[in-house]
Amino acid sequence: MLPFDFDYFKPATLKEAVDLYRDLDQRGKKPMFFSGGTELITLGRIALAYTEAVINIKDLPECKVMHVSNDQLLLGSTLTLTKIEEANLFPLLTKIASEVADHTARGKITLGGNICARIFYREAVLPFLLADSKVLIVGPEGKKMVPINEVFKEQLQLKKGEFLVQVATETRFIGAPFIGIKRRQQWDTGYPLITIAALKLGRELRVAISGLCPFPFRSKELEASLNSDKPVVSRIDEALSKLPTPILEDVEGSANYRLFVLRNLLSDIISAFGKS
Amino acid sequence: MKSHTILLNINGEKRSVIVRSGDTLLYVIREKLGLTGAKPGCLNGDCGACTVNVEGWPMKSCLMLAVEANGKKVITIEGLENTPIQQAFVENFAFQCGYCTPGFIMNCHSLIERHPDAENPLIKEWLESNICRCTGYAEIEKAVKSVLRKNQSRE
Repeated sequence: MLPFDFDYFKPATLKEAVDLYRDLDQRGKKPMFFSGGTELITLGRIALAYTEAVINIKDLPECKVMHVSNDQLLLGSTLTLTKIEEANLFPLLTKIASEVADHTARGKITLGGNICARIFYREAVLPFLLADSKVLIVGPEGKKMVPINEVFKEQLQLKKGEFLVQVATETRFIGAPFIGIKRRQQWDTGYPLITIAALKLGRELRVAISGLCPFPFRSKELEASLNSDKPVVSRIDEALSKLPTPILEDVEGSANYRLFVLRNLLSDIISAFGKS
Repeated sequence: MKSHTILLNINGEKRSVIVRSGDTLLYVIREKLGLTGAKPGCLNGDCGACTVNVEGWPMKSCLMLAVEANGKKVITIEGLENTPIQQAFVENFAFQCGYCTPGFIMNCHSLIERHPDAENPLIKEWLESNICRCTGYAEIEKAVKSVLRKNQSRE
């Protein structure tokens, strides 16, 4: 139970949602778009999140799409991770999404909610960073379709009143060989230490990482090192020298331990793809 | 707009109830509808003790606002009567203190209904959503597998 009261709205259209946000914001209500709502419910309970107006976008038709057309897979932002997993239209996304939280919780957590989460893992974004996907964002200035690698800088760069509607991915990326690995300190149910997603496009290896830094990322510099013609150990050494900072140091693992795990993950991925 | 009258189809009955926007489904079914089978545990979506079934899917009722459930079909442990999974829990001694049992049964029931042909990886994936502090996992696994086996042998 949340210890504060708020107004609750369920708009029927994207425009209505955007207009509601603007009006509520002008009235100082600190409005919040709500999809799965798990962060508001869990963080709000312990006074780490607060709003006076919730705008539930979960049932907006544009946010619930899941289909392939014109060589593009369209996934709505309010699809639950369970629905995405059961449909299995993007196997790398299925692999990564199926290890977020637990099965029942994934029936509430949504794609957009995970990508835009405050909690730093945001693993569902990794496959889209690798596949150069595009995101449809709606806001006070209307709709815009933009490459995710241009607008996801540590987190999705949304302006006030904007929200994520869909993610579009070209089908040529969906069938590419992939690897998704999640390492935890404790069994299969602990919080993540590092999650790594890799995609092989011809001779090119792409990797995106969550849990290493306080944000998920894909680094072109790191990939250039991994794709060079040097011996594997040198490639990995060079890649590790190009990581963003800071490296996380928390109860799940020290910075040095995370780097140790990452080194092994990169080695496993290169080996599995037969580049060694 | 801070309080709402919602209509729940709960355990086959239509119930109208006034809720605050910030009330979780767990709070409403326990404190306003008197259905205390769903248990408050972590209240953070981790333990699964509060699991109910919403529109055929398992749902941690501490992770859902009651207003979100407006018009939806909800089943709590009180809504199950002599189902095979309940019998299997008895036959396999699949509970000790019993606190996690309603949540586990609701999750197992949804699994059996949605995936009657479920095999080990799927069973493991679904059951990882619930925690048993008495560590009765082996017996719970036996219980759910016994129901799946019986159903599969009938087909």
